[in-house]
Parts: sequence; C-alpha cells; structure tokens
Amino acid sequence: MAELSTDSGGGGGKHQKKRAKKSSTKVDMTPMVDLAFLLLTFFVLTATFGKPKTMDINMPLEPKDKKKITKVEDQTAMTVLLTEKKDVIYYYFGVLKKDTKLDSTNYAPSGLRKILLDKNKDVVAQVNQLKEKKTQKTISDSTYKSEVMKVQSAKEALYVIVKTNDKTKYKSVVDVLDELNICEVDKKVIMDMATAEKLAIKKINN
Amino acid sequence: MPKIKVPRSNPTLDMTPMVDLAFLLVTFFMLTATFRTEEAVVVDTPSSISEKLLPDNTMMVTIDTAGRVFYNIDDQKVRVKVLENMTSKYGVKLSAEEIKEFELMKDFGMPMANLKQYLAASKAERAQMDKATKGIPYDSLKNELSDWILYGRVIDASIAVENGDEADRLKIAIKGDSEANYATVRKIMKVFQDRKVNSFSLVTNLEGK
Repeated sequence: MAELSTDSGGGGGKHQKKRAKKSSTKVDMTPMVDLAFLLLTFFVLTATFGKPKTMDINMPLEPKDKKKITKVEDQTAMTVLLTEKKDVIYYYFGVLKKDTKLDSTNYAPSGLRKILLDKNKDVVAQVNQLKEKKTQKTISDSTYKSEVMKVQSAKEALYVIVKTNDKTKYKSVVDVLDELNICEVDKKVIMDMATAEKLAIKKINN
Repeated sequence: MPKIKVPRSNPTLDMTPMVDLAFLLVTFFMLTATFRTEEAVVVDTPSSISEKLLPDNTMMVTIDTAGRVFYNIDDQKVRVKVLENMTSKYGVKLSAEEIKEFELMKDFGMPMANLKQYLAASKAERAQMDKATKGIPYDSLKNELSDWILYGRVIDASIAVENGDEADRLKIAIKGDSEANYATVRKIMKVFQDRKVNSFSLVTNLEGK
C-alpha cells in the first residue's frame, strides 16, 4: 500500500524500480454502442412497418327476391363512375335521366373528398362530435361505435354507388373506398356500369 | 485573496445503463422480428388510411398486374390437410418430401396438374415457373380456386371446433396490385361469394390523410 501511494504521488522517485507496465482496463466501447444502436434502429423500423394494413369491405349478397332490392332516395344518392382514366371521376346525383349532365372531378383531396364532405357534412359533424366525446372519455368505446353506426346509416346520410367498367383499375376502387371511409360514408355499394352511363360518359367526352 | 476554485466535473459520462438498455431492446426486436419469406409474385398494393393490421390467421389470394391468382394459407397444419384433400380430388400423387416442401412454402400459383413438378423443382427453376405460370385457374370451366377456398374453410372450421377456439377463425384477405383490373378482383370476390364468403380484408399500404 505504501509503495502504491508513493508511486502515484510523484512518479519520479529516487528508487526507480522496473515494473511491468499496467495497461488500462478500460475498453473503448463507442464502436460497439454505435453498432448496437444501428441494429436497434433497423429492427424498430422493420418491426413496425413489416405488417401490412388492411381495409375491410363487405360485399352485398345477391338478392334472391327481386322485391327486396333496396331503393335509394333520390336526394341522398350519389353515383360515382370510375373508368380506366386515373385522374378523372365522373359523378351525378339522384337518378340518371336523359338530360342529366355528368360532372367530373379527380382523386386529389380537393376533388372527390371535398364534394363528399360537403354533401355529407351533417354526418361528418356528428361523428366528429362523438369522436371528441370519446377522447374526453364521456362515452365508452362500444357506445361510440354503435352511435357512429347509427349516424352513418341514418336515412339522410349520403348513399354512394360506385360503378366500374371492365377497364377500371383496382387502385381507383380502393382509392374511392378510402375517400368514403375518410368522409364517414358507410352506405356504399360497388356495381357494374350500366349502358346508359357509359353513353353519358362518351357524350361529355365528345 | 484566495481564488475560489470551481470544482471541475468529469466530462466523461457513465454510458453503461444506456448501453444495457440498447442491447436489451436489440435482443427483444431481433427475437420478435419475423422475416419476410420469399413471395412467388411481387405486388404493389394500393394505399389507404386504414390502420388495421392484417390478422394472423388468413387465407390470402394475391392478384398481380396480369390478373394471375396466387393462393396462400398461413397455418401450416391447415395447409397440409387442404393439400391432402386437393390431391385426392384431382388425382395427384405427392411424395412425403413434396408435401413437406408445400408445408414450408408461401404463396403459389400453380394449377393442380403442375403442382408436383413445381414442388420437385429447385429454387431457381421455381422462380422461372412463377414467371411463366398463368396462376390458379378460377374460370367456371375449371375452378380450382373455388376448391382451395372450400377445403381451406372446411378444414379451418374443423380444427377450430377441435380446439374449442371459435374466435380465431380464418380471415379472407385479398392482395391486389394497384394496376390490376377491378373486373378481375370482382370475379375472384364472386368465387368467394359462391362459397359463402362476403367480407374481405383488402391489403393496403398505410398513407397519410
């Protein structure tokens, strides 16, 4: 002990004894830590984004009894026509008549979404109110779900009929369904385009 | 006057707890990570805002740009039994190794007639066959997809009853390419609907609003 203390005190003592050099026991851990964090980041990122997301959809049954086919109210129905074009959506409200003129819009947020939000604004407002109530914990999760369903399936809520032709891309349909989900439209159906509608599209393109 | 010495603090910091934690997390993520197995066909799915994750127990039908259909069931126990049923129906005889091979495989798009050849092939040959195949037939003349769906659901149901676990039933997922025709997707949904399946999970990428 005494030797040690003198050694650390001066270093240049009178009696210079030969002794083995003490190498430092400390190892530089920086590269290891770098690698550890690199791996950590990699695994965190791949773990969270690895699993694909899904969008649930229910297709209606083919009605056995023709009388049971749902009739849609004129004012609340909107028909969206999807063609092979990736930037144009045709649409009209109510029932297609001879003099109905198709309008067109696009897939951008300022396009179809704006129209849907405007047409469905009562439902959207009510759903947002319910969402707020849920975050403030004044209503439970299950009542929230049933209330939202009630609002969305109300008689005044917008009813959207999505019609496709043979060349419509799958992406267009998913995009429109996504917009409908954003705009809280629950009453929706996907159908084939009727001949009258195909003609109407041709008419405005000429 | 004596100067007041400010005690110098040591600039080095003890990083041990942080490093401990980092390694703990690395180990955790490495062990929980499941690696993506090779898929027979690469599909670029459309995006949606849905945050629902793909369920674990799924029957997945993949539709690529050309409208070819690939089929996959995750549960290996179900896979093997479905294969047994299909081979006996279509009169295909497979060896034990080929059945084992099928069990470990992911999705495939082979008609029953070519399945034996596909299972016996090497990895490189399989990649070639995946490129050349027309997918699983689903037209009304020869609807193999319909049989795959039927047996998949029947066997899953019987296993669920055996285990007494009715909640964890097979979910139907459709993974379509953005550029695929909707008409093809609709036709495949129709095949499902003929087998009394009316709700589907469409596989999508996550996107912002």
